Amino acid sequence: MQTHKAKRVEITIEAVMQSRLTEALKKAEVSGYTVLPVLGGSGRSGEWSRSGQVSRAQGMVQVVCIIRPERLDDLLESAFEVVERYIGMVCVTDCDVLRAERF
Amino acid sequence: MDQILSLATTNLLSPIILCFVLGVLAALARSDLSFPEAVAKGMSIYLLFAIGFKGGVSVADHGIDLTLGLSLLAGIVLSALLPFIAFFLLQTMTGLSRLDAAAVAAHYGSISIVTFVAATSVLEGSGIAAEGYMVAVAAAMEAPAILSALWLISRGAGDGDDRRMDSTLMREIMLNGSIVLLVGAFMIGGITGAEGLAKIDSFIVSPFQGVLCLFLLDMGLVAGRGLREEGAVLRPGPLAFGVLMPLVGSAFGLGAGLLLGLSTGGVALFMVLSASASYIAVPAAMRVALPEANPSIYLTLSLGVTFPFNLTLGIPLYVAIASALTGG
Repeated sequence: MQTHKAKRVEITIEAVMQSRLTEALKKAEVSGYTVLPVLGGSGRSGEWSRSGQVSRAQGMVQVVCIIRPERLDDLLESAFEVVERYIGMVCVTDCDVLRAERF
Repeated sequence: MDQILSLATTNLLSPIILCFVLGVLAALARSDLSFPEAVAKGMSIYLLFAIGFKGGVSVADHGIDLTLGLSLLAGIVLSALLPFIAFFLLQTMTGLSRLDAAAVAAHYGSISIVTFVAATSVLEGSGIAAEGYMVAVAAAMEAPAILSALWLISRGAGDGDDRRMDSTLMREIMLNGSIVLLVGAFMIGGITGAEGLAKIDSFIVSPFQGVLCLFLLDMGLVAGRGLREEGAVLRPGPLAFGVLMPLVGSAFGLGAGLLLGLSTGGVALFMVLSASASYIAVPAAMRVALPEANPSIYLTLSLGVTFPFNLTLGIPLYVAIASALTGG
């Protein structure tokens, strides 16, 4: 089957920043994204789990989007303006998609 | 003194406090006891709705007067003022950076609605009436402290740094779910009055204590986990602040309540509101506005130190002082 090259961008960020990030993605004309809950993890700020949180302030989410390679820089610039000062992680990987016109 | 001890003993042996203690102990003992996130959220919504509705019904019964407006104003002024006092104490007593001190200070100007709910439960159990509109005062006291803390930081930066507060954050603070639900239920209670309450009292009156027990069990688990995992960040100075600041805040609440001529219950609730520290609305705002501040410090202080203090010893102390000074 014919596949097309694309970029998968995963941004793990504090839940309180979710709406700001997705707004930035829309401004960068990203056609779609998926938001996933993060159950817990460990990093520079120590170990944490979602069940131990009393408010959204401490939780994290992961925003995943697939885009065409030529639009990656615009997306990263927009996203970086939001995530620069906050706890989080931005990860870009290569992927293949079946319907290129959707991205 | 006897009254304080009696109230403290009654409070400490009440189901809601024992549930909280169970939660703390279970978390400290590393039990896997936990509440699903949706259940905890559901209980929180129930409690906010019930307390808001009952407050509105009480206002409908007693009518609106000038004291309501003055109480709201006093609440806003106290919420804006207390962060400055907290900030001064933090800079005097602790070695916290200016940024961390301002973030902590914001929490102590704002309020803990769970502490407020627990206090109303204690007052009801003691047969002490309070002004229903104190619910609205609680809602009014959520946000001004955040603005005070951000002003403290921008003043310290000295470069007109205004990027920390934008319209989105302001909207999120003013329209956060807790405030909308509390004020909304308060207004519905005010509009429908005793007739409205009669239609749903089997839902919001009888089960209230039981739900509060489970909710405080969950809060105990969260507080206990916070203490276990983050307690090490607290040195003696911040720890002492976590106990001293509620007493200082309650003194301001006492003054405001007495000046306004509130009832015994009203004065006690003003003390509780001024003594409590936020751990829901303000941490979220601080993460957005001051991401460089250390959340372990302000969350552990407000949730792990001040909240248990107020819940176990503070509330009976405030109720006893209010009773003694108002002749209630």
